[in-house]
Amino acid sequence: MTASLNARNVTAALVAAGLLLLPLYTSASGNVFALTLFTRIVIFALAAVSLNLIMGYGGMMSFGHAAYLGIGGYAVGILAQEGVGSALIQWPMALAASALFALAVGALSLRTRGVYFIMITLAFAQMAYYVASGLARYGGDDGLTIYKRSDFGGLIDLSSRVQFYYLCLGCLFGGIYLVWRIVNSRFGMVVQGLRSNEQRMQAIGFPANRYRLVCFVIAGTMCGLAGALLANNTDFISPATMYWTRSGDLMVMVILGGMGSLFGPVIGTIAFLVLEEFLSQVTEYWALIMGPLLLLIVLFGRGGIDGLLGRLRRG
Amino acid sequence: MLLVVEQFLNGLQFGLLLFLLAAGLTLVFGIMDFVNLAHGSLYMMGAYFAATFVMWTGNFIIGVLLALGATLLLGIVLEFAALRHLYGRDHLDHVLATFGLILFFNDAVRLIWGPAGLTLPLPAWLTVPIAIMPGVYYPAYRLAIIVVALAVALMLYLVVMRTRVGMLIRAGASNREMIGALGVNIKLLYTLVFGLGAALAGLAGLMQAPILTVQIGMGENILILAFVIIVIGGIGSIRGAFLAAIFVGMIDTLGRAFLPDLLRQMLSSTAASTAAPALSSMLIYLLMAMVLVVRPEGLFPASRR
Amino acid sequence: MADPLLRVENLVRRFGGILATDNVSLDVAKGELHAIIGPNGAGKTTLISQLTGHLLPHAGTIRLAGADITHVPAYRRCALGLARSFQITSLLLEFTALDNVALAAQANDGHSFRFWGNARKESHLRQSALAALDRVGLANRADVLVSELSHGEQRELELAVALATKPQLLLLDEPMAGLGATESGRMVKLLQELRREVTIVLVEHDMDAVFALADRISVLVYGRVIASDEPAAIRQNAEVRRAYLGEQHAVTRHG
Repeated sequence: MTASLNARNVTAALVAAGLLLLPLYTSASGNVFALTLFTRIVIFALAAVSLNLIMGYGGMMSFGHAAYLGIGGYAVGILAQEGVGSALIQWPMALAASALFALAVGALSLRTRGVYFIMITLAFAQMAYYVASGLARYGGDDGLTIYKRSDFGGLIDLSSRVQFYYLCLGCLFGGIYLVWRIVNSRFGMVVQGLRSNEQRMQAIGFPANRYRLVCFVIAGTMCGLAGALLANNTDFISPATMYWTRSGDLMVMVILGGMGSLFGPVIGTIAFLVLEEFLSQVTEYWALIMGPLLLLIVLFGRGGIDGLLGRLRRG
Repeated sequence: MLLVVEQFLNGLQFGLLLFLLAAGLTLVFGIMDFVNLAHGSLYMMGAYFAATFVMWTGNFIIGVLLALGATLLLGIVLEFAALRHLYGRDHLDHVLATFGLILFFNDAVRLIWGPAGLTLPLPAWLTVPIAIMPGVYYPAYRLAIIVVALAVALMLYLVVMRTRVGMLIRAGASNREMIGALGVNIKLLYTLVFGLGAALAGLAGLMQAPILTVQIGMGENILILAFVIIVIGGIGSIRGAFLAAIFVGMIDTLGRAFLPDLLRQMLSSTAASTAAPALSSMLIYLLMAMVLVVRPEGLFPASRR
Repeated sequence: MADPLLRVENLVRRFGGILATDNVSLDVAKGELHAIIGPNGAGKTTLISQLTGHLLPHAGTIRLAGADITHVPAYRRCALGLARSFQITSLLLEFTALDNVALAAQANDGHSFRFWGNARKESHLRQSALAALDRVGLANRADVLVSELSHGEQRELELAVALATKPQLLLLDEPMAGLGATESGRMVKLLQELRREVTIVLVEHDMDAVFALADRISVLVYGRVIASDEPAAIRQNAEVRRAYLGEQHAVTRHG
């Protein structure tokens, strides 16, 4: 598809430029808080982009995606606790652990469809949550403090806010690029075809679940990377990262931005987290507004922000 | 031996409680094809209403009945004001909208009742232990839960299988155009079914209230369990929900009761006491995974498509 | 006679107590157009579903070019040269006509675990897809979304998708269903051309079409094949007339 000048692409380009230039603004204005907030946003955006790959393009409504955030985070935290500080070990482990979990969950869950799939993925994520709560050596319910961020051997210093931000942003842009390549590839065509009509795809000779499973694993792995970033960002990992409401948040971010749109999840994440931040400054009871807002969005705003931008273009 | 009987009854009691929750969920799903995450919030509201009304009236029974009515009303209002507009929409829309409701209810409760939990004290006549076998005593209140829940389960079964309303409910599950064509007020039927589901959730919540603390988010963990139950039992099947609920209740309770001792023989005692509840929670999900491997649509798939 | 391309032997499929497929045996020779007819509820769809692998038979065997495919999963039968069209149009609605066919060509071109290159820019996939579209007369509609095609065009697209998998045997499940007179005529003409290239099993209610096209006809009643012969002989067959003729007028009009 050719990139044309429409509301959707212009917004994406502006947001991307804004994210790139943000540290300039924060160092000029001394607004450290904005950088902290946006580091968090960028990390969650990566998770949302990965969820969008299975949900938006693959039609797999996973309600357990936060599990990979936790697994990626715990891989970093546990290795740090055991004295392995090198990112070259921590991060591949985070990815591998997430991939393995996704493989197991996917292989079982993909036997089911529809609402069963939603609930099964939810239940498996809860299982991961309970496992983490049971890890007495690594803090159990209270979570695990990470005293030293991942060590990139002098290449990148994660304790520098700006460097860490750009690392996260690089991961996000890399993730979006990867998803873009995937959805346009042969593999991506198959996965999207399966979302559209599984019966037809089987009839022309595609083993549905094999393709779905690989897609599921890719998304889980990508979210595991977001988890490794998140643990470094907060210097802390706890079972709460995997709690099911967190998975719900991720779903909201994707749907808010627009499912099956490349950049939509980024915009959705910004909208969700900025709104949350804004509302929680206005009132302690921010969810009192956020909750009904979600309900209204579902009732009246279909296709998310991306859909809105698409409609703008058509007038 | 004594402990085994007691834990067995605890498992039964918890399982029946889970059934009340799961029955509402599976009815609403089976009939309206609606996924209601906020079902756990209704459970929580039932508990909060009960704690409040019992305090106001000073009478346990009146307070509990008022709370039941209040949850029923809340369910009906919710359905009428918002959720009925979502029937026929994508399941994802349901998930999102009711997720919003959970956020809302949690903060609403925090605003009204404050962040600290409440307790619901039992009247004296419900705290006496009752001899169920020579030498085996069991708390009257827990026994009462078992009796009430069994009665409700039986009533539910009779309503669904034997009455005209139940026939409509079953017809609605399989053929909504047909019963629309028969001139049945399907909107009203849906509202009633949703209200019934809400009342069942509220009943579960208010019966659990004297045993646990009434607190924000109390409906969330148990909601996931209810989901697991209806997935195991087969979505839309009351019978499946009943069997799966008893099963899950037993596993959860017996696991929590006996796993720590088992584990202590292998692990240090602190590690065992952290790991045991996690492990018994996991057992349930393992059970679910096994059921799904064998039967992807649950034990009793409702026969429709 | 050489080995038939498709040989079905003693196929049995029950639903509860009902025998939907009752000991069905059937041979389809290479190059033949073999029609399967029968009144509603005769078990035609059940039989087709077993041939495509969407249903497993309780007994009996299905051989394709000598190989036993009775228990081969549906998606793999396609690679063995068995393609199908659906009674109720089953396409990827939010994809273009060309994308639909290109995916079929892609399915026939090794595995699709290729994550990087842009599939829409692979010229050999596009070209063989365009050729298949051209074959059914839809080349000028290649870039139209399927949801925007007319019903007749969608039926033709179903054929193009099946053709793009380069089948030896084409199973067509009521390709005329829901078509108007002109569209039906076009479909018959199309099938006349295709039958020269590929063996076809045709399930159809439109008796004019069946008798115009078929080399051989099998008549299915209550799950059993009561006759399997050339059209002229089928017309004369007393048992067929008894079981079927009363309904035939209605059926002909119905098409």
